[in-house]
Amino acid sequence: MTYKENAEKYIENYGLSIGDTIKVNKEDISYTGILLDRPEDADDGYLVIKLSSGYNIGVAIKDTTAELIEKGDKPKIGYDETEIPHDDSKQNISIVSTGGTVSSVIDYRTGAVHPKFTASDLVKANPELLDYANYNVKALYNILSEDMKPEYWVKAAEEIANDISDGADGVVIAHGTDTMHYTSAALSFMVKTPVPIIITGAQRSSDRPSSDANINLIDSVVAAKSDIAEVCVCMHGSLNDKYNYLHKGTKVRKMHTSRRDTFRSINAQPIATIENRKVTINPDYNYTKRGENELELNTGIEEKVGFIKSFPGISEEFIEYHIDKGYKGLVIEGTGLGHVPNDLIDSFRRAQDERIPVVMTSQCLYGRVNMNVYSTGRNILDAGVISGRDMTPETTYVKLCWALGQSDDYEKVKEIMQTNIAGEFKEKSTIKDFLN
Amino acid sequence: MEYDYEKLGLKMGLEIHQQLNSQHKLFCPCKTELVDDDFDELIQRKLRPTQSELGEIDRAALQESLRGLNFKYENFAKHTCLVENDDEPPHSLNEEALDICITIACLMNMHIVDEFHTMRKQVIDGSNTGGFQRTGMVATDGYLETPYGKVVIESLGLEEDAARRVETKDGFTEFRLDRLGIPLAEITTDPSMHHPDQVREVAYMLGQILRSTNVKRGLGTIRQDLNISIAEGARVEIKGVQDLDLMAEIVNREVQRQLALIDIRNELQTRNAEVLEEIHDLDELLEDTESKILKSAETIKAVVLKGYDGLIGREVQPGRRFGTEIASYAKKRGVAGIFHSDELPAYGIKQDEVDKIAEFLNIGEEDAFIIVAHDEDIAISALEEVKRRAQLGLDGVVEETRKALDDGNTEYMRPLPTANRMYLETDIPLFKITEDRIEPIANNLPELPDVKQARIIEEYKLSEDLATQLVKRQEADMFEAILADVDVDATPVASLLAYDLREIKREGHDVNVLTLDHFKGIFTLLADGKIAKDSVRKLAVETIKAPDTEISEIAEKSNLVMMSEDDVHKIISDIVAQNEGMVKERQMGAMGPLMGMCMKQLKGKADGGLVNKIVREEIQKLI
Repeated sequence: MTYKENAEKYIENYGLSIGDTIKVNKEDISYTGILLDRPEDADDGYLVIKLSSGYNIGVAIKDTTAELIEKGDKPKIGYDETEIPHDDSKQNISIVSTGGTVSSVIDYRTGAVHPKFTASDLVKANPELLDYANYNVKALYNILSEDMKPEYWVKAAEEIANDISDGADGVVIAHGTDTMHYTSAALSFMVKTPVPIIITGAQRSSDRPSSDANINLIDSVVAAKSDIAEVCVCMHGSLNDKYNYLHKGTKVRKMHTSRRDTFRSINAQPIATIENRKVTINPDYNYTKRGENELELNTGIEEKVGFIKSFPGISEEFIEYHIDKGYKGLVIEGTGLGHVPNDLIDSFRRAQDERIPVVMTSQCLYGRVNMNVYSTGRNILDAGVISGRDMTPETTYVKLCWALGQSDDYEKVKEIMQTNIAGEFKEKSTIKDFLN
Repeated sequence: MEYDYEKLGLKMGLEIHQQLNSQHKLFCPCKTELVDDDFDELIQRKLRPTQSELGEIDRAALQESLRGLNFKYENFAKHTCLVENDDEPPHSLNEEALDICITIACLMNMHIVDEFHTMRKQVIDGSNTGGFQRTGMVATDGYLETPYGKVVIESLGLEEDAARRVETKDGFTEFRLDRLGIPLAEITTDPSMHHPDQVREVAYMLGQILRSTNVKRGLGTIRQDLNISIAEGARVEIKGVQDLDLMAEIVNREVQRQLALIDIRNELQTRNAEVLEEIHDLDELLEDTESKILKSAETIKAVVLKGYDGLIGREVQPGRRFGTEIASYAKKRGVAGIFHSDELPAYGIKQDEVDKIAEFLNIGEEDAFIIVAHDEDIAISALEEVKRRAQLGLDGVVEETRKALDDGNTEYMRPLPTANRMYLETDIPLFKITEDRIEPIANNLPELPDVKQARIIEEYKLSEDLATQLVKRQEADMFEAILADVDVDATPVASLLAYDLREIKREGHDVNVLTLDHFKGIFTLLADGKIAKDSVRKLAVETIKAPDTEISEIAEKSNLVMMSEDDVHKIISDIVAQNEGMVKERQMGAMGPLMGMCMKQLKGKADGGLVNKIVREEIQKLI
């Protein structure tokens, strides 16, 4: 129960519990309905009553009395486990949840929405899944997307590798959208995969009829059965419920706070389009085919990496602080072609002296870092800063965490950062790579 | 026909939806106006019933429910935003709309809730992009004094209006997003009304109350739904009663329908009627049919209704049969109609074919059959609905939501919604409605129409008729504003506003051009004796044609300015002098013809009373 102080005392005094049908009497009116819990962030002093019409109202408890009309049952949420049929002719897809709610159950009596994630819940909410594959469903952890940490990437990578060794023909990961592109980059570096690894989520929660969760999930299963053995993000391609894009895990970014088609390929085009359950692969894209790679897991990671955005008026303290605090590497989101104010360059030299790799990216997001054009850039290069090329700042950050997890050696880390590990670099920028 | 409503146990309640005239929509900054422009983008969406609505896992049911859940939404770069699209969370509650509702609540003696909670109410017909309507309870337990007694106002809700349906084509239903999100007040009375005239009166009164507040006016801005049942029948909600004058007719026809369905039920029960489960395939049997409708269909299927013979053709409303009721269920599954044995042979289906079908289906004397011709899955799905509706015939009246038709009949729309499909809209904080908010509104309520009318009669000595019209046509405020500044006789002001404006509008002039200043200008001329009473209407018309010109100049140009008394005198004495012979001969009997001659020249330029007086004086001088 999330009632606070006064309301909590009031409820206790009258011997009420959530779910009971109660009557609250005010001077000139009384309300009868089910006592509901109150949102955690709402003020004290009010009860939430669900009227028989289905509406909730808040009733101020000041100068009221209450009576119990009928004890309520504890609401029973969810469904009985059902046997999920296994069909030998179908591929085996492993679905891993990290906390995004792919299925929710609404209890209309109390109005509560309960996130559910068991295999049978999933199949209940999306029975058409059974047409496509056999499923192994697992809730790996349950965290909000924004609470994601590098250590969770490791857990996910290990789980996926296990599933693949156990014979999964493809893996779908349900993920909150805020940090999905960090996870997709991390898994791209950590897992060399013989099967598709598809990350998906929803921009509209799955308790709504308009949720994009169902289409994203089904299309992800379709992608997981495909020939594309890469780590990909599968989300809506447009505002329409019409087709989904498959984005390369290292070349994708969340670009809108709320739209369904928020995920866009940056400095690249989507690998494939999925429409009506059919995967159409971009003919210009040379993808890694199913079975081409042996499964290889490399989860070494360094969490102490700083991520700093340059801005007019930034002082060298930002860099100095991270060096003082023992950060092992820094990613800079510079302006334009990869610049910071000249005042910061001495701090970059200090980082170089202390063997802390610094990688430059651009807050333009689109386009390629090039520090040879202006003298500031050349000075930054001279201070030992590594170019992030056409990587997104987020992919660069994840890659540096991973590179530092691979080696303690400054030169080796620099070398890894300059090597194309998981398709994070593209040498050529085409006219189609912008705002697509 | 009049029924004995009391004996039948007729019970009715009203539900009224009124668009509010707030600047912005309920949860976004878009204007609350409908748009006729071409749309900028069309967005395709699907809706999917959420898990708890599906209940047990049933893929067939899911498929069924997903059929027809494909939608297109017309977007406007200028008039709509991502909120209507369901691509951005709702903004905060529109407090202006809430305040209008608080006003309405106070006028209906309601109790306002302490805290407003926005709810999501599941609606998956596509009219809301999210698959739910946002709605909340503002007030409960009010009442209205009516000539038929007190009517309890159960609740006042504040909710979003739905998107406008444009068309259904090629498996998609298209909606325009301009209307989605306009604030609506939803007023529900208790079902305590027992006579059609009473419902009409209450609907009228509620309309008057709403119109005294800041609500939208005009077609489609208010929608009236009627809840109705008779004791032996069932509750039916009739949507979209536009015309109050049709209310009584709709009630009577619904009573007629419920009584007919009860009769049918009784008859079916006597006959031990039964709906047979099996769906028969008639393709082979009717291979050589010449009926175009049957021939063109992928498949012909039929079901048997034992004991239904003659009842399917029984009339339930003028021109509507029990078969029409059954067909309206089947139509929801995509067929254009059904064929039933009570109406065959027809539609190119011949008697010998009917006999053949009857024999094939083993139809007994009291039995009936229904045929559907369409694609395989649609035909089966439609016949399932036929069976379901026919079976429900054994229960009598079915609880339904029905649509009001223009002739007073009603048509099946969907089952009655269950009350509890609501849960909290977590994107919007709970909103406290404090005394500080309510008090200034409660202390400054608009005058109700009947109070205003009585006051105007008293204060301005107007006839009851004029006052009624002024209030009804919402010109009372303008009337009072004019008289506050101009010291003029109230009657011509009222009659211009209450009657003449309507006629002028009918003649094709845009009366909305006229402002308070225009009216004040016109009536100042009248008060100063510059124009005649008869010229007011003409001057108003001329002003509409040249709204930026000074009123006195318009009066001058239009030749409406009155002459001075001296000038009038001169013209009249001239006319009388020219007709001296007639005056001498007919004495006062010359009054009539002379008045006619004078008025012909002076109409609009002199007051008729004055002309009369001078003519009389001039005649008397001569005799």
